[in-house]
Amino acid sequence: MNLEEYKGVFVFAQQVDNKVSSIALELIGEGKRLAEKLETEVTAVLVGNDVKGLADELAAYGADRVIVVDDPELKEYRTEPYAHALASVINQYKPEILLVGATAIGRDLGPRVSARVHTGLTADCTSLEIGDFPINPVPGKEQKHNQLLMTRPAFGGNTIATIACPDFRPQMATVRPGVMQKLEKKEGAKAVIEEYNPGFTPDNKYVEIVEVVKNLTDTVDIMDAKILVSGGRGVGSPENFKILDDLAEAIGGTVSCSRAVVDAGWKSKDLQVGQTGKTVRPNVYFAIGISGAIQHLAGMEESDIIVAINKDETAPIFDVADYGIVGDLNKIVPMLTEQIKAAVASK
Amino acid sequence: MKVVVCVKQVPDTKGGVKFNPDGTLDRAAMLTIMNPDDKAGLEAALRLKDQYGAEVTVVTMGLPKAEEVLREALAMGADKGILVTDRVLGGADTWATSQTLAGAIRNLDYDLIITGRQAIDGDTAQVGPQISEHLGIPVISYAQKIQIEGDSVIVERQYDDRYHVLKAKMPCLITALAELNEPRYMTPGGIFDAYKAEITTWGRADLKDVEDSNLGLKGSPTQIARASDKVRKGKGEKVTLDPSESVEYIMNKLKEKHVI
Repeated sequence: MNLEEYKGVFVFAQQVDNKVSSIALELIGEGKRLAEKLETEVTAVLVGNDVKGLADELAAYGADRVIVVDDPELKEYRTEPYAHALASVINQYKPEILLVGATAIGRDLGPRVSARVHTGLTADCTSLEIGDFPINPVPGKEQKHNQLLMTRPAFGGNTIATIACPDFRPQMATVRPGVMQKLEKKEGAKAVIEEYNPGFTPDNKYVEIVEVVKNLTDTVDIMDAKILVSGGRGVGSPENFKILDDLAEAIGGTVSCSRAVVDAGWKSKDLQVGQTGKTVRPNVYFAIGISGAIQHLAGMEESDIIVAINKDETAPIFDVADYGIVGDLNKIVPMLTEQIKAAVASK
Repeated sequence: MKVVVCVKQVPDTKGGVKFNPDGTLDRAAMLTIMNPDDKAGLEAALRLKDQYGAEVTVVTMGLPKAEEVLREALAMGADKGILVTDRVLGGADTWATSQTLAGAIRNLDYDLIITGRQAIDGDTAQVGPQISEHLGIPVISYAQKIQIEGDSVIVERQYDDRYHVLKAKMPCLITALAELNEPRYMTPGGIFDAYKAEITTWGRADLKDVEDSNLGLKGSPTQIARASDKVRKGKGEKVTLDPSESVEYIMNKLKEKHVI
């Protein structure tokens, strides 16, 4: 592998139902930042069917170039045709960096593609930098410059590791949604658009989609909410989430929950905060009856203000809470809702 | 029908994480468990055994101590345990780990391979899909329901706002979510038998069609540049007050921060 041949920062521009996913724009923003350090450009790889029209949106958010792989086989996400599309783009265009969202799609696509092109893949990154590897010079070992240094939490968020991929290209990372910054939208910005189709021949690896079942709940994406009222097992029952709904309504927030609540079947998966759910960083995060397993903390501890209410004073949630209240949520939450309503009404 | 299940022995992060004075993880001081997603994968395989008489072989890669999870799997009802262990396999990233496991699985007959979606120590979710790529078979990740229909497997594959019902011809690899099922307990008789059972141990020489350059630390494209204990956000205030005082306290803080 001649590493010098590999140039440019590429991002996988995820779309679902021909709508650009937020993560695609976040990756373009981050990719642009990295590309400037490397004095190169950011290319968005748009894969789907009838998706060419989305290229302008990617351009408006900073993509210098958009490679469009458009084929009927790519209508819904399936591992094999998408992996073939992305791996073919890598072989054709030879990027030095490829970023993929750490979404339910990207965490399936990324490993398959990295295995196909034989390179390293760092999962679920929360920070990316350009730097030297090894970070400090080691006698007898070449220190390589302009490497992608990929930082990620491990052990349920207890440790942080920075990973490099010095001898293979592209340097691949999946990046956690909600962490990187989108650029400000520039209406009318244009990107160079290239269409590329490597040809798709179904084989044993193409699975058949029998049915697509969408969740009918028309809920706000918890990753976009400014205020989250989040409940855990301590709420006690699905019916008792009513007191959280009331608080959320009074304060203009959205209800979310911990994994225990999803596992118990009280709330749907799309409301789950944490390592295996969503990473959120609202202005205010109410953790109500949530003990705060490290997997949960990993998904919410970047919130600006964390208010925790829990009857167990040893609950780990208090280790990250700005304001921790040891007490009975059943008494405190309804009273708080009334007070907030009164405060809002008096304005 | 033959099912291969890949499992990993992991530190139990729920029981608290312990660190060495130098900030590295003190694995020896931590309890180990069978990775939860893998256990759900094993349970799914055991249900295929109950239903169709499937033969269930469990494979793990790790230190000799990892034999413990194989015995646990046998005690739950698996038929055979294979431990892949060798000094030259140490320090593997997901590429080298998936190469190793693929090299082991090439020695076996299988209709289905089931792995957990991800392990709670690394949280990468990469090894399953990478094994399937090395073996040239389809992968269905994030399975929340598995059914067999003739020579095909039908799987509910979870996404953020939807699920797909997918149908793949076997052989196929599936990665299981912990939500897939409630794993059974070991039976007393099973535990007794499992501790007498023979565990097959394979080393480097037993791996099929894998080059040395793809194994262990040397065969790992990714390398650790730096590792550290996470610096957590500082602890804030914690108060114990009666309910109305608690509400007053929260209201004051929300006003102070201009939330309301």
